[in-house]
Amino acid sequence: MGCNHEAIELMHKYLDGDLTKTEEANLRLHLENCESCQQHFHELKRTITWIQSTERIEAPQDFTQKVMAKLPKERKRVSYKRWFKAHPIITAAAIFFILMFSGIFSAWNQDNQLVVSKQENLVIDGDTVIVPEGVTVSGDLLVKNGNLKIDGTVDGNVTLINGKLIDSSIDGKGLMASVGEVNGEFKQVDQVFEWIWYHLKNIFRSIFSFGEL
Amino acid sequence: MDLMIKEKIKQVKKGDQAAFADIVTFFQNKIYQHCYRMLGNAHEAEDIAQEAFIRAYINIDSYDEGRKFSTWLYRIATNLTIDRLRKRKPDYYLDADIKGTKGLDMYSLLQADNRLPEEEVENLELQSYIHQEISELPPKYRSIIMLRYLEEFSLKEISEILDIPLGTVKTRIHRGREALRKKLRHV
Repeated sequence: MGCNHEAIELMHKYLDGDLTKTEEANLRLHLENCESCQQHFHELKRTITWIQSTERIEAPQDFTQKVMAKLPKERKRVSYKRWFKAHPIITAAAIFFILMFSGIFSAWNQDNQLVVSKQENLVIDGDTVIVPEGVTVSGDLLVKNGNLKIDGTVDGNVTLINGKLIDSSIDGKGLMASVGEVNGEFKQVDQVFEWIWYHLKNIFRSIFSFGEL
Repeated sequence: MDLMIKEKIKQVKKGDQAAFADIVTFFQNKIYQHCYRMLGNAHEAEDIAQEAFIRAYINIDSYDEGRKFSTWLYRIATNLTIDRLRKRKPDYYLDADIKGTKGLDMYSLLQADNRLPEEEVENLELQSYIHQEISELPPKYRSIIMLRYLEEFSLKEISEILDIPLGTVKTRIHRGREALRKKLRHV
């Protein structure tokens, strides 16, 4: 057995606990006969003992407190994130409703201009829309942020948002019959919730009409 | 102890930050010592050891509970020390060898005025001499020698901590032992 390589290789295997029975016997036999290898083996074992006997170093006294003070304070955020991850459908529904209602509300709040659906024969006087006498307006009529006075005939639905219907016949007798005529549904909207309801109905109606197509 | 640590980790994963304090207290000396031996000075050791615990906390969700927590923690700490050693600028240390001389450092040029009693000197000298020799090993040998003989990890655990094959760990520990033997044989 060559001293320089094989025996030293076996010594390291022994120190790592990788030696087989035969190899151990070989190493023992060699060490008995070879003084320089004995010395080498002794030095290796002594080196390990020395490394193990070196003093232990301890962390500074306030180490834990320092670490804890530096930890990110994100417990709340983490728990929210976890909740959202666990309930994706509720999260999506909540986001949908927030966006939808904020859209409708802002539309309600921002538009204070008079809006009239595009039809011929309408007379606009300030913030009052007049359907003149003897005139027939065909199609649906929409008036927003203004008053409506019907002296003629509307051949369709009438929607009045955020405004008043001015009754020209002061005695209130037979509006439909004598003065103005609406050949369709008449709707007046002047509350936020009605406004939302109106929008929802529109959305559903458009979904339905898509379905019909 | 392992059971206690496992329980604490579960609590930390649930968001209980206070439970992490017990984990830090339990491992602080080991991790600090490891960093100190790798870096060779107290200031950097504290810095890196703290960073290792903070990283462990932030990434606690990626820790696989089927494995040993200490190997995972040592892996973070070892990677950080190796990064720090790489980034280190060539600095001048008092205990670094002066070029062109053998074993002569800046300390030997400073006046030694307060001598300790003979015996203490001998004991201290041996201790610090061994430390000195260990710290002069290349980091790849040093980390393995320390993990094996100071931290008492198995070779397989060391290969997990350092993310290198078991065969490489064996080759390096052989070379590390031989290098130290040569340095310490005349003591």
